[in-house]
Amino acid sequence: MAEANSSPLPIEQRRPLSPHVQIYRWSATMAMSILHRVTGVALYAGTLLLTVYLVTAAGGGVAFAQVSRFFGSALGQVILFGYTFALMLHVCGGLRHAVWEAARGFDPVSRNLLAWSSLIGAVVLTALVWAGAAML
Amino acid sequence: MVELALPKNSVYGPGKIWPKPAHATKLTEFRIYRWNPDDGRNPQIDTFFVDREDCGPMVLDALLYIKNKIDPTLTLRRSCREGICGSCAMNIDGQNTLACTKAIDDVNAPVKIFPLPHMPVVKDLVPDLTHFYAQHASIEPWLKTETPAPEKEWLQSPVDRAKLDGLYECILCACCSTSCPSYWWNGDRYLGPSALLQAYRWLIDSRDEGTGERLDDLEDPFRLYRCHTIMNCARACPKGLNPAKAIAEIKNLMVARQA
Repeated sequence: MAEANSSPLPIEQRRPLSPHVQIYRWSATMAMSILHRVTGVALYAGTLLLTVYLVTAAGGGVAFAQVSRFFGSALGQVILFGYTFALMLHVCGGLRHAVWEAARGFDPVSRNLLAWSSLIGAVVLTALVWAGAAML
Repeated sequence: MVELALPKNSVYGPGKIWPKPAHATKLTEFRIYRWNPDDGRNPQIDTFFVDREDCGPMVLDALLYIKNKIDPTLTLRRSCREGICGSCAMNIDGQNTLACTKAIDDVNAPVKIFPLPHMPVVKDLVPDLTHFYAQHASIEPWLKTETPAPEKEWLQSPVDRAKLDGLYECILCACCSTSCPSYWWNGDRYLGPSALLQAYRWLIDSRDEGTGERLDDLEDPFRLYRCHTIMNCARACPKGLNPAKAIAEIKNLMVARQA
C-alpha cells in the first residue's frame, strides 16, 4: 500500500492496458483483413519492380539484360511468384469488399465463405497465371 | 496507432496457483487476469480450480464460485446473470462475450479469462468504460424531432418498426467495440461498432428527423470510416447483432444523400 500511495502518477495513468491482439482468437475474416492490408503494401514494392522492368525494357541494352537475368533467377522467380499471389489476393479481397460495401454477405456463413473463397480464388488465379506463363 | 506490444506496466506474468478444493471429483482449471491497483505490481495470471459438482453451468457461476470460496478479492462486474444487463462482458477463451451466457462446457479448458481487450483496467476483470460511454453519448441516442409533438405518441407503422429489429436489442456491453482491431488502434477517434450500431438505430428510425445532422456528424475519416469489415464485432456480439452490417448501411446512406 505504501508503495502505491507514494506513486507520483494519478491512478488513471497507472492503469494497465488490457491484453488485445496477444490474446484474441483469430478468425478467417480477421486474417483476410490483415492480409489485404499486407498485400496492399507489398504491391507498392512489386509495382516498383514492374516499373524497373518496363523502363529498362524501353531503354533496351545492357540494363534490360541484367534485369531480365535477375527476374529469371531463382530469387527473381520467387519474388515474381509472391508478387503474383499478392496481386491476386488483393484483387479477390477487393471483390469481397465490393460485396460488403453493398451491405450484403454479413451473416456468419456468407462472411466466412467470402473470406475463404477470396483466399482460394487467389491461389487458383496465381496457379493459372503461372501455368499459362510456363506454357508460353 | 498500431501498437502490437503492451506498454511496460501492462505486460502480464504468471501469478498464483490457488489450491484445489478438497474432495472434488470434477475439476475445471481457470486462468484469470489479475491486477490490483494497490500493490504496485504488473498484472498476473492466477490459476484456480473449480469444483464442477458444486458450481452452476456458466462461466459467471465459476467466477462467483471462485469469489465466494477461494479468493474474495477477485473483482468483476455482474448483475442480471441472464444476458440483458451487459455487465459481465469479458474475454473468455480468446473471444469477447458475456460470462453469464457462456457455458463452461462450450469453452476449451483451461478457461482463460481476460478483461475486455485494449482498455484501461480498473481492477482484475473490470475495465474503465468512460470513453466508450462518452462515444455513445456523442451520437445523441435519442429521438430528435422538429415537427410539433403529437397529442399522444409518435406513431410508427409495423414495417418501419421492423427496421429497428437487430438494432434496438443492443445492451451496450462493449463486447463488439473492444473486439475490433480498428478500435484498438484508433479508439480515441473511431467511434467503434457499438456507437455506430446505435447511430444507425436512430438514423433508420422513421420518427427521427435528425438524419441530416447525424450523418454530418459521422462524415469523418475516423469516426465512421475506420471500419474495415474485420467482422470481429459481429462474431463477438452476445445478442447476435451485426454492427458491421449497420456500419455498411450508414456508409450507403452517406452515398445515397450525395446522389
